[in-house]
Parts: sequence; structure tokens; C-alpha cells
Amino acid sequence: MRSALTLRNIVTAALVIGLVLLPLYVALTGDRFVLILFTRIVILAMAAVSLNLILGYAGMMSFGHAAFLGLGGYTTAILSFEGVHSGFLQWPAAIAVSALFALAVGALSLRTRGVYFIMITLAFAQMAYYMASGMARYGGDDGLSLESRSTFAGLLNLSNKTTFYYVCLALLLGTILLVWRLTNSRFGMVLQGVRSNESRMSAIGYPTFRYKLTAFVIAGTLCGLAGALIANHTDFVSPSMMFWTRSGDLIVMVVLGGMGTLFGPVFGALALLFLEQFLPTLINMAVRPFNPAGAAKAGEYWQLVLGPLLLFIVLFARGGIDGLLKKLGGKHSSHE
Amino acid sequence: MSKRKTDPILQVENLQKRFGGIIATDDLSLNVAAGELHAIIGPNGAGKTTLIAQLSGQFKPDSGRIYFAGDDITALAPYKRSSLGLARSFQITSLFLDLSVLDNVALAVQAHAGHSFHFWKNARKEDALRIPARAALERAGLIGRADWPAAALSHGEHRQLELAMALAGEPRMLLLDEPMAGLGPEESARMVAMLRALKAELTILLVEHDMEAVFALADRITVLVYGRVIASGTPNEIRANAQVREAYLGEAEVAHV
Ligand SMILES: Nc1ncnc2c1ncn2[C@@H]1O[C@H](COP(=O)(O)OP(=O)(O)O)[C@@H](O)[C@H]1O
Ligand SMILES: [Mg+2]
Repeated sequence: MRSALTLRNIVTAALVIGLVLLPLYVALTGDRFVLILFTRIVILAMAAVSLNLILGYAGMMSFGHAAFLGLGGYTTAILSFEGVHSGFLQWPAAIAVSALFALAVGALSLRTRGVYFIMITLAFAQMAYYMASGMARYGGDDGLSLESRSTFAGLLNLSNKTTFYYVCLALLLGTILLVWRLTNSRFGMVLQGVRSNESRMSAIGYPTFRYKLTAFVIAGTLCGLAGALIANHTDFVSPSMMFWTRSGDLIVMVVLGGMGTLFGPVFGALALLFLEQFLPTLINMAVRPFNPAGAAKAGEYWQLVLGPLLLFIVLFARGGIDGLLKKLGGKHSSHE
Repeated sequence: MSKRKTDPILQVENLQKRFGGIIATDDLSLNVAAGELHAIIGPNGAGKTTLIAQLSGQFKPDSGRIYFAGDDITALAPYKRSSLGLARSFQITSLFLDLSVLDNVALAVQAHAGHSFHFWKNARKEDALRIPARAALERAGLIGRADWPAAALSHGEHRQLELAMALAGEPRMLLLDEPMAGLGPEESARMVAMLRALKAELTILLVEHDMEAVFALADRITVLVYGRVIASGTPNEIRANAQVREAYLGEAEVAHV
């Protein structure tokens, strides 16, 4: 047996405990902003975990995963607009729409590989983006506001920010549990075989297409549910949530956190959203002593810093943050 | 599938395969008796790999028939042949390099265990997969490396792993395409010993360049030249065959073996 007390496990456990106890900190300090930021992190982490199932474990470089955030979000918002407020209807509908879209996209794209697969998934996501822009009844380019958050027959009040945070966290942890079981099952072994050497999998008798399609649908469905959460979080949906850069963000979260690792995408989502949030301020502060006038402007160029930073991590810390924790902890795991 | 007489486990009748102008398999007929180790030899380009590819289902012959254990398998998909008990190991190794050695073999076992739509149980702890996988590694002499990543093995060990994966489905017959190619003398000797042990348990069709190994192992030898069978017989008959000496075996080489 390998020791459970590795640096990686300790940090992962600390992360989960920290996420569970976060509302306590918010209650003590009254810092609502932190709760809102972390709700967003938790939801996008769920989307990244779902992408990791196909990207990290099965090697499918889907470049359109944000489409499912949009589909889940729009399904929720449109039902709300049409007077259906119950989450018991909205959320299953979000799941069903995402599953159907995933089935269609997967069926048409999964026979291709490499660049073709990337381009087809991207094309479908852009199609969803333009379709949302074209729905005049639902706000077109301007997007659509939710009149109210999803209701659950008085069982849950999602307008309570703490309640909503815990709902999101529970769904994230549920998603992680599911992915953990899936990836260690026979099904998951097939996915990892496909990632490693798909033609050999076919040669020894696996009809790889159905397994890939199943994984693609599961991932899309989970991400669609995250979309329903995002719509409730921002009380608003717009086509931009499906734009290809959003899909790129999800890929960055997975790669940055560690492809094919259970908690990697959570680390990745946390890191990326923190950088997005605080890098402008940090740059501003760093430039101020030298050029007070240009400091505010410099802060706007935070993406110029983020790019090389990500490149650095991908090049020098293969396996992302999770891989880094494993490497750093490797020498000290003496509790064998 | 029509049933044929079952004594020769593999029957090939008038097989023909062209690649453009090249006739890679030319009216080839061949019987392999159950339990024998049948070697196929012949110069480069004689059509040995093409024959194996047709037997395993990777290539479709232009005409002719292939029977395995009495069943006509001429048009059967490769994995269906392997589920009937006809397994192939590849000339170029094609493994799951980032998975462990045991996972590689377990995936081969799982391929024979019906569909893999099992979503919850931990496959790495399933005896139904792990026990046969370990047994196959044992037979291929690789059990000591079970937990290594496949990428960390030597060239010879990759060959052994290929063999273990072929054995994982409990086949009745193995198709081996140059298992000794690129191995050092020590690794070759180990492979010969392994094949000798396997030969007692199953039928083997062996394509091999290493004449010493072929004459040491084979019960029967078939010689191919330009896709045609020019001779077929016991090692002694082949050694004595004038046509074979002329067309293929250097006189000196025959004298050695
Ligand atoms: N896929 C292919 N396409 C075209 N020609 C091929 C192909 N495979 C083999 N050949 C040709 O068929 C002949 C037999 O090749 P091969 O079966 O590989 O011979 P061997 O294994 O005995 O060295 C050669 O002339 C080779 O060039
Ligand atoms: Mg060959």
C-alpha cells in the first residue's frame, strides 16, 4: 500500500475542507465577494472536471465544451422566461438538452481524430453560439436575464447565497465521485486504452466508438448541469458563455491543473480564476513604483503575463499543478 | 459458417492477394495440424506478413478460403477471430505505453470478457481480469514486471508483453510474426525457451528469420517465395530439399543447421 499522507493528498484534503468551511469564513468576515468568487470557481471546476473525463482520461481534445455550459444555462433561462421556474423541471431539461447535443456532436465528430476532431467540436460550439445570438425572443446578442432562480418546492432557496454555494459544491463533489468511479471501472480502462493507443484497442476487439460516444455524452451532460448552475449564479445568460475562448478557458483549467487526474481540474479552475481576478491588480502594483501614470493601463495587459505563465507551467511542470504536488511530495512520502 | 473436418486446426485454400501489380499471396494452400508448431520461412518480400495479416483478418484476400477449427473465417473481423481462439502478436509492437504492464494484459483479458459498459466497480481490483492477466504474464515470463509502466521495459520485454497479451484470451492458436526480430542473443534464447514451453499447450504459426530458432522449434516448415509455397515438410525434409537450397537457404546456412 502506498501512503495516504503525501503532499498531494494533504493539499487536496485541505482544498476540500477549505471549500466546505468557506461560508464560515464569509460569515465571520462578512466578505460576500469571496463567496461569489468561489461559487463561480466551484461551478467552473465542475465543468472542467467533466471536460477532463474526455480530454484527460480518453485523450479527446474537445474544443467546444463551453457549448454545454451555454445549453444548460439557456435551457434554464428560457424555461424561466416562459414561466417554468421549478428546478425539478429546469435542471433535468438542461441535462436532457445537453445530452442530446452531445449525442449528435459526438456521433458526427468521434470518427475523426486529431485536428479534425478539434475543428468539428469547435464548429458545433460556434454554431450553438450563433444560434443563441439569433434567438430574438430570448435577447439575441444581449442575452437573457433570469426573473428568478430555480425553485425547489420550498426545499431549497437558491437566492440564499450560502445555500446556493453548498448546492454547487455538493454537485462538484458528486461529479468528482462519479468521475473517480468511472475512470477506475472497466469503462474507464477502455477510455485510457483509447487515449494510449486507439488502433490497438480496435485491433483487440473494442468497438471504441461507442465507448468514446458514451464518455462524450456523460461529459456533456455534467457540463450542461454546470451550465444550469452558472445561469442561476449570474441570473443571466448570453451567447458569450459559449464563445470559443470560454472552451479554451476550460481546456486551460484541465491542463494547468493536471490532465487525467481527479482533482487537477479543480486546482486548475482555482488557479485560473484567481489569476484572472488578481493578476491585473498585481501587475498594477508592480508597475506603479516605476511608472505611476501607466500602472492602471499595464494592469489591463494581464493576459500578456498569463500566457507565458501558463506556458511555463505546461513546459516545466508536466502533469500541471497536480503533477507538481506529486513531484514535490515524492521525496517526503516516507510513511510507507 | 459451414463446418469442415476438424483435424487440421487451420486450413488455407487457394489464397490470393495482390497489391497493384505485385502478387503477395499466390494460390497459397496450407494445413496446420492441431498442436504443431508450423514455421513459415522465406526471403524478404515473400509474403509472410501478408499471409499472417489475412489469417488474422487485417487484410481481406482477393480469393481463396480460410478455415479455423472447421469454421470458415475468411470474411470475419479480426477481433471475432481472436474470440474464436486465433490470436496474433504484432511484428511491430503496439502497446499501451503509459499504462502498467499488468494493465496492458488486463485490457486484453477485458476485450474477451464481453462488453465493457461497467461503470462503477474498480476494474483494477477485479479478480476476473487480474488473475488471468497475471497468469498470462507468468507464461510469458514477465510477471516480475507487472507493476512497471510498459514504457520502461526493454525491447525484448516488449515482445514478451505482446506475447502475454496474445495469450490473455486463452487462444487455441497463436500467429507470431518475427518474435525474435531485433532481439539480442540472450533475449532470443529466452524467447525460444518460452515458445518451446508454449508449443506444448497450443498450436503456433511462426514467421521467423532466425533459422537456428526455426529449425530448433518447428514440427513442420513451409517455404514461401514470391507468395508461393515452394516446399512444405519436416525440418529434415526442408533441409534436404534441393529447390529450397537453391531458391532460399544459402548452402552454408543449411550446412550449419
Ligand atoms: N500494404 C501493402 N501495400 C502494397 N504492397 C504491399 C503491402 N504489404 C506488402 N506489400 C508487398 O507485398 C509483398 C510481400 O510483403 P510482405 O508480406 O511484407 O513480405 P515478408 O513479410 O515476407 O517480408 C512485398 O512485395 C511487399 O512490398
Ligand atoms: Mg514481414
